[in-house]
Amino acid sequence: MSARDITRRVFLVGSVAVAGGAAFGIHAALRPHDNPLVAGLGPDAAALTPYVKIDGSGVTLITPRADSGQGAYHVQAALIAEELDVDLADIAVDPGPPDAAYWNGALAAEAAEFVVPAAGMVRNATEATVATALKVMGLQITGGSTTVPDAFDKLRAAGASARETLKAAAAARLGVDTETLTTEAGHVIAPDGTRLAYTDLAADLADMPVVQNVPLRAPETWRYIGKDMQRLDIVAKSTGTQSYGIDAIMPGMVHATVLMNPAQGGALEAFDTAEAMKLRGVQIIVPITGGLGIVADNTWRAFRARDALVASWGAPDFPQDMADHWAALDAAFTEDAIDSRKRDDGDVEASLDAGAITAEYRAPYLAHAPLEPVNAIVRVDADAAEVWTGTQIPRFIQRNVARITGLSPDAVTVHVLAMGGSFGHRLEDEVVKQATEIAMQMRGTPVKLTYSREEDMIHDYPRQIAMARMRGSVGDGRVEALDLGIAMPSVMASQMARQNQPVPGPDSQIVAGAWEQPFAIPHQRVTGYRARPLAPISSWRSVGASSNGFFYNAALDELIHAAGADPLEERLRLVSDPLARAVLETVGDMAGWDGPNPAPGRGRGIALTRSFGVHCAEIVEVSGTEAGIRIDNVWVAAEVGRVVDPVNLENQVQGGVIWALGHAMNCEITYAGGIARPDNYYAHEGLRMRQAPKIAVRGLENGTRVTGIGEPPVPPAAPALAGAIFAATGTRLREMPFNKFVTFA
Amino acid sequence: MRLNVNGTPREIDVEEDMPLLWVLRDELGITGVKYGCGAGLCGACTVHLDGVAVRSCQTFAADAEGTEITTIEGLGTPEALHALQAAWIAHQVAQCGYCQSGQIMQAADLLSTTPAPTDADIDAAMSGNLCRCGTYPRIRAAIHDAARRLQEV
Ligand code: FES
Ligand code: FES
Repeated sequence: MSARDITRRVFLVGSVAVAGGAAFGIHAALRPHDNPLVAGLGPDAAALTPYVKIDGSGVTLITPRADSGQGAYHVQAALIAEELDVDLADIAVDPGPPDAAYWNGALAAEAAEFVVPAAGMVRNATEATVATALKVMGLQITGGSTTVPDAFDKLRAAGASARETLKAAAAARLGVDTETLTTEAGHVIAPDGTRLAYTDLAADLADMPVVQNVPLRAPETWRYIGKDMQRLDIVAKSTGTQSYGIDAIMPGMVHATVLMNPAQGGALEAFDTAEAMKLRGVQIIVPITGGLGIVADNTWRAFRARDALVASWGAPDFPQDMADHWAALDAAFTEDAIDSRKRDDGDVEASLDAGAITAEYRAPYLAHAPLEPVNAIVRVDADAAEVWTGTQIPRFIQRNVARITGLSPDAVTVHVLAMGGSFGHRLEDEVVKQATEIAMQMRGTPVKLTYSREEDMIHDYPRQIAMARMRGSVGDGRVEALDLGIAMPSVMASQMARQNQPVPGPDSQIVAGAWEQPFAIPHQRVTGYRARPLAPISSWRSVGASSNGFFYNAALDELIHAAGADPLEERLRLVSDPLARAVLETVGDMAGWDGPNPAPGRGRGIALTRSFGVHCAEIVEVSGTEAGIRIDNVWVAAEVGRVVDPVNLENQVQGGVIWALGHAMNCEITYAGGIARPDNYYAHEGLRMRQAPKIAVRGLENGTRVTGIGEPPVPPAAPALAGAIFAATGTRLREMPFNKFVTFA
Repeated sequence: MRLNVNGTPREIDVEEDMPLLWVLRDELGITGVKYGCGAGLCGACTVHLDGVAVRSCQTFAADAEGTEITTIEGLGTPEALHALQAAWIAHQVAQCGYCQSGQIMQAADLLSTTPAPTDADIDAAMSGNLCRCGTYPRIRAAIHDAARRLQEV
């Protein structure tokens, strides 16, 4: 497929696939988006680029990628400040309005690689083409660990443009040459020591052309990037003063909750509100799509009324029982269901003629279950609507609320609020649609819809269920052949269908984390099989790689064991990429790797997954105790191109490892009668403090591409844990969660 | 009904069985205390009654009458930090931060009974507080740090 074909047909965009036509010409692609800040400016205020707003009272930096705890606001602000010369302590940060100007260009890289696996000109052209398409479509999405790659140059350039424009304004006012001016801590400084605050210059900026194409500063001069920084939100988040979506209060607001068909997506057939309406504080109970909206004067009163409702429900459009979900995956391993075969090296069939080692692997549905249940405030007026919510997809929300209310998108204002976690959960917006339906029954009144934990967990749009089959062979102590088939439903098709976006073409996520691994096994094939749609699913931290990183490494481990080789040594022998080699060597050094059995009763496992452009290797060490298996240590090395924020890197990687280990140990969502379980943290609890290991982290800077780190630590953790448990106990784990087969302390 | 919250008496008119969590959040506008599970499983709603950590989602309003209720806002403020909050900032514990009010209140209870906790003490006291973001290593370090800070004064 040529780059041009891709433009015409489909854009597969990393974690998000978007279809589009060739509806834009070169003009649209070259023209910058209008600056969305200009419309709302007061007198004597200026918007220098879409990222910097200055008025008499202060400097505001616009950070359009959502922060769900991954430090996105802070890192975006730091990149602007690096060039603008402001102290982070003195500025305000605002997520800005939903706008095409905030398109996410880094989503293009992974998409291009999948379409054109070979590096080179065609891939580069493809990436440029996809990026152009993203720009024209103005896709403002947070996801795919793209915040830093997208922002790294773009936001520094915005800061530099704003700084030079401020200097030009100061030069005009002082009647001196721009070259004689310097900047520091929110001021332009003249040769005679005169200090002009940026805020004082705001009034002069109205007619100033924004200075473009300013060269960026050299890394040696950086004040923020790569240095330990105190996160902007850290005081608020340590004192209970950070306000999240669930904490927002609007004048005259009412409290609502919903009772949705427990079988997700099924219809509401009949209901009786009589008992619930008798309860104190209950105002109205209204049918909405697939359920009931309950409005009260207090969240708990709404919850209590929900529990008192009687309703009967239609069946969901997916199999009611778990066995049928697995059967659908089992049935997908056919020629007809092949979705992609992007790796086919050597001659797999011939090399497996003489008999193969085989194994089958499974990964369950998983909830995102961020600690803050989803919520939204919506007010619908006669000619406008306003939304306050924590979201990764503000522009989709704007469009959906417009569709439901019949308003034009311009009449819908979306305010993005701080989020108590997401992990991909807030790429869905059902809660906003439901709040809108309720608010249309109470025009002019802000309706705050809060899900109960139970409602949130059983309507989570879980991670995909997946199955893999491996055939392989070994010889002379080496891995010779690996044939890996992976079956799952398409996450992208399920997710984008809810945004009315068709997703033609193969889904990169079915094989992500497996087809593009940096190991030169002589005969190697990776095939993606698309299972029929099952339960509605959504992107879960690291998406396809969350299951496939386990499948690939677990299969490789079995072959290495059969070959009688060492898990690290054989990976080092096979590794084909210098960046990946450095990551493996580093993690081996960090752990002092000396084989999988450091001591009796102790075991170590290793895994490396390349995902989101990041090579991440992990070693997990466990010990057998009387109470069960204990995870003692984890070592992590990741190639990130540039460590932008060292503290945040460590925190994100540790969190990603704990996330992945916890889910591999004890989490799964299953369906019975079409209803997801569990519905609270009595199960699916992940790691708790007493189980959390020590985790040592190192970020390597050998590569040229600056990468994000929210997702890449997730895929290698489960297989490294499985390898460690095998080394310690001899039990080979091929299915998550592992607590079905072994006991954890 | 009359409740003492962060040193201030508050008059409220609610059902006896309304969980204290929702009295604080929706009736009194004290939102540092968080709703995570409503079932005693996550610890996000942890507050103190007479200095003892309780799950406010499992505490009836009526049962809190006559006690001193302390929320994260009453423990310390951005201007006057509690030692635990200072340690939480120094170690940059929070990611999303949603669990951290509950974590800090639970840790404050721990330090009040065990001024120099071991790792095992921390495991025992803190394992009921879920952090979906996985900040446990930093929470552990911050508790040890706060214990040192408190012993120095
Ligand atoms: S909200 Fe009370 S323990 Fe979870
Ligand atoms: S910091 Fe997000 S749940 Fe703990």
